[in-house]
Amino acid sequence: MALAVSAGGVALGRALGRRDRDGWPTTPDPAGGDPATRWEVVTVNRSRTDLLPAGELPEPLARLRHAVQVRLRPAPGGKGTELAARPRGSDIGLPGLAAHLTGDDPRLVVRAALRATKQLAETGQVLDPGRTPPTWHPSGAPGRTGGGSAAAGDDDRRWR
Amino acid sequence: MRAVCWAGVDRVAVEDVPDPGLHDGQDMIVRVRQSVTCGSDLHLLAGHVPFMQAGDVLGHEFLGEVVEVGPEVRRHRVGDRVVVCSVISCGRCWYCRQGLYSCCDNGTADAELTERAWGSAPAGCYGYSHAMGGFPGSHAEYARVPFADQGAFTVPEGVSDDRALFASDAAPSGWMGAELGDVRPGDVVAVWGAGAVGQLAARSAMLLGAERVIVIDRHEYRLALAEQHLGVETVNIEHTDVQGELREATGGRGPDVCIEAVGAQAQHSGPQFLYDQLKQQLRISTERPMAVREAIHACRKGGSVFILGLFVGFVDRFPLGAMMNKGLTVRAAQQHGQRYIPMLLERMARDEIRTEYLATHRLPLAEASQGYRMFRERTDDCVRVVLDPHAPG
Repeated sequence: MALAVSAGGVALGRALGRRDRDGWPTTPDPAGGDPATRWEVVTVNRSRTDLLPAGELPEPLARLRHAVQVRLRPAPGGKGTELAARPRGSDIGLPGLAAHLTGDDPRLVVRAALRATKQLAETGQVLDPGRTPPTWHPSGAPGRTGGGSAAAGDDDRRWR
Repeated sequence: MRAVCWAGVDRVAVEDVPDPGLHDGQDMIVRVRQSVTCGSDLHLLAGHVPFMQAGDVLGHEFLGEVVEVGPEVRRHRVGDRVVVCSVISCGRCWYCRQGLYSCCDNGTADAELTERAWGSAPAGCYGYSHAMGGFPGSHAEYARVPFADQGAFTVPEGVSDDRALFASDAAPSGWMGAELGDVRPGDVVAVWGAGAVGQLAARSAMLLGAERVIVIDRHEYRLALAEQHLGVETVNIEHTDVQGELREATGGRGPDVCIEAVGAQAQHSGPQFLYDQLKQQLRISTERPMAVREAIHACRKGGSVFILGLFVGFVDRFPLGAMMNKGLTVRAAQQHGQRYIPMLLERMARDEIRTEYLATHRLPLAEASQGYRMFRERTDDCVRVVLDPHAPG
């Protein structure tokens, strides 16, 4: 356990974890250093209201709503909103590296969901690396027929 | 379609690979007209960049014609002639909004790899390792361009393919080195490396007002090109002591700005090279940072060093003492091309930047292996090899 020690000798109260209006810890977690309780965080270049337009968690984080705790707060310097999440409960399966190696690390799932949520909020899509066949060809064989145009979105073929 | 693929250490192969398609609404497909070799490819080929996989399509510096656009693409239409920035960036995250496009948060799909290796994930890049997103490269008949509105730029009518091609990577890299290296009117600027990036950094320094520019390399033919096309001074590291030469040329001060455009595969004949090479061959280190060491040692007190060359891992014998005690500013980056390409295309249209002479060789895809060998071994006075994916061969 890492206790925060301040010069004024009032460290204990702080170390037990004050929280700001949004429930965000303002002092180190008393279990600080324990990977099981550490928050995964991304900074989204959007305001809180943009990120939670109806007060609901955005996708794909929303799908994990019963499995994660979520915190938001404004990022300093106009950098947007800090979006944090961590698995609920203390039983998160295998510890640390073992969980990572077996692909059984819920923190990776949370981290991936946070990244995807950020990408969707900032760019409107989750970038596909393009290593698998494309999901849609507007003009059949890409590039060979010269099909498609800036108005391609007007047609009624399904996107994804 | 046919594409040039990484086939293992120091091996490339022309293979049949699946045609690219639209994966996201902001994608477009470009029929590649020209794709050029880059010095950083040599790091990939040599196996010094982790997370390469056999079959990965190489190439990141290219120009072509739009043949297909996703429904959310607004700035491009089928038929547009475009140059595509080698770095894949979203244009909308905080980093992109600051003009730090190669630090984009959303340009890679494999953020976890680089978060672990480097602490944070940079933007993606075409034809690089999976550490940079694993996006298929441009040495191919067609290429998919993610975030097309952000990363592709229509080439002005008066600018030839041969010139605009270098607006994809080499020209913005060079400009960034000079601009973020803080070149000011009256400065003396030294550039390590007379490849395309180094020469375009030298030209950029001149355009930003440098009074004298000194280009340093070990290949006489490259230095001769820089003298002939840019009018810069040159120093051949094989013939003279670079530190002494630069001190003498700058009244004992050292250059105001030093730009390193060599990267991790620096070549030399001295004991430092043998030391670095041995460590690299033993896989103890991936880098040979001799030009970085030289630049920091040569730079004047309070001066600026910009590292343009590619590095991926750790280096030792880094002259931290010289950097600290001389009060240097040292910066580095993958290129923030989206910030510079429109301006560079305008300068190309005004003939302020001419790049055609850098394309010393033109080959069809089928001869890519020979092209890379010539490029790596610096034979036949090679500076850059331009591949034409649709040329017969």
